[in-house]
Amino acid sequence: MIHLTTPLGDEVLELRAGDAVTLSGTVYTARDEAHQRMMQEGIPFDPQGAVVYHCGPVVQDGRVLAAGPTTSARMNRLSGFILDAGVRALIGKGGMGPEVREELRGRGVYLAFTGGCAALAAARMTLKGVYFEDLGMAEAVWEIELDHLPLIVGIDAHGGDLFSEVVRQAKIQFEQRFNT
Amino acid sequence: MIERAASGLSGAVASATYSAFLEAETSIPTDVRRALARARDREQSATARTQFENIEENIRYAEEHGLPVCQDTGVPIVYLTLPPTVPFTHDLLDAVAEGVRRATREIPLRPNVVDPLSRENSGDNTGAGMPAVHVTPGDELTVTVLPKGAGAENCSRIGMLLPSQTGEIARFVAETVLIAGGRPCPPLVLGVGIGSTFDGAAALAKEALLLPIDEMTTFEQEICDAVNALGIGPMGLGGDTTALAVKVKTGACHTASLPVAVNVQCWACRRATRCVEVEE
Repeated sequence: MIHLTTPLGDEVLELRAGDAVTLSGTVYTARDEAHQRMMQEGIPFDPQGAVVYHCGPVVQDGRVLAAGPTTSARMNRLSGFILDAGVRALIGKGGMGPEVREELRGRGVYLAFTGGCAALAAARMTLKGVYFEDLGMAEAVWEIELDHLPLIVGIDAHGGDLFSEVVRQAKIQFEQRFNT
Repeated sequence: MIERAASGLSGAVASATYSAFLEAETSIPTDVRRALARARDREQSATARTQFENIEENIRYAEEHGLPVCQDTGVPIVYLTLPPTVPFTHDLLDAVAEGVRRATREIPLRPNVVDPLSRENSGDNTGAGMPAVHVTPGDELTVTVLPKGAGAENCSRIGMLLPSQTGEIARFVAETVLIAGGRPCPPLVLGVGIGSTFDGAAALAKEALLLPIDEMTTFEQEICDAVNALGIGPMGLGGDTTALAVKVKTGACHTASLPVAVNVQCWACRRATRCVEVEE
């Protein structure tokens, strides 16, 4: 098991799609609205080596109660500028589009966390701060300290993409079984 | 006296609804846990096994701490059976809605219910037609809840097949899963409604999700095998189990029709039932 700690650097370039890793350190949650706000007003945290988590957590009394990943593909067209600014990893579920695969090339990785595992994620988290709180609980940018979150490298920095490979193989299987 | 009896029944139904949601949201039914454990044991892909480990640890942690298993706590779907002594009234529906509001406040659940066009959130998981309540006659008053998350529900699909296409039902189900890929959070439970009408097939597909998943008929197993041959695997990362189970419900249909509906359910197949004692 490879262990990563933020801020991330060139070690992410050594990862390959399918690698199992754990991540500790600081992550920033961001969904659709937070990405749009950051585009307009700038990134409120230091993006160098930072990690963005596609997640709308349930937060109560300064604690993270549930923080599973949301569908990353909604951020396909919203991720280029944060990678340009120095963000090295995106965390989410379901994979991302070919444009993100290209934007990650030579710079960063996409890490998959298990969908629905909101309680497990919360158990490995400490809340540190918040930006854009006016966007509401789900859409705000929460600064969270992670302790060994278990992740899979879904897209690496060399064009390797586990999700698109799985879909390619699934299409072949479907054709063989039903269209011959 | 009659009023008191009525409010007593309403209170009991609201309380049973709350209690069923509490169990459904913070634990996973035994049959589903067994199916997950079996799938983990058979899994050949190391990546897929990590996903099963995460799911199991997540369920354990949620149950220990009384937390929702998933942050998408779903929309409230409720099935009632009513004995002959309990009339189907607006009061009864209000009581179910009250149980949903209490569950939203106290568990707590994420307020997910919005107006479809204005997208305005009611804040308490109720609205026009929500909770979605389905009523059938029975011997006892029972409340069964099926909180339904959006990720999987959004991948559901219905087809009006030709009567000559009974042999293509497995293809239609597998195609539904192929289109969905990793989006509905596999490993999935697939509720398949066959026959009835356009709307009836969809209702049967959802009811099929209430059936225990640790047993399948030969027909269900064949469809399940066809889905698993795709290799999409847990979370779309590849693996042997894309579907934990396929459950089929059928209804009589027009001789010129073959409606087939697939209601997609993520691994968090959450459901719970409460009996309500009815005072004579």
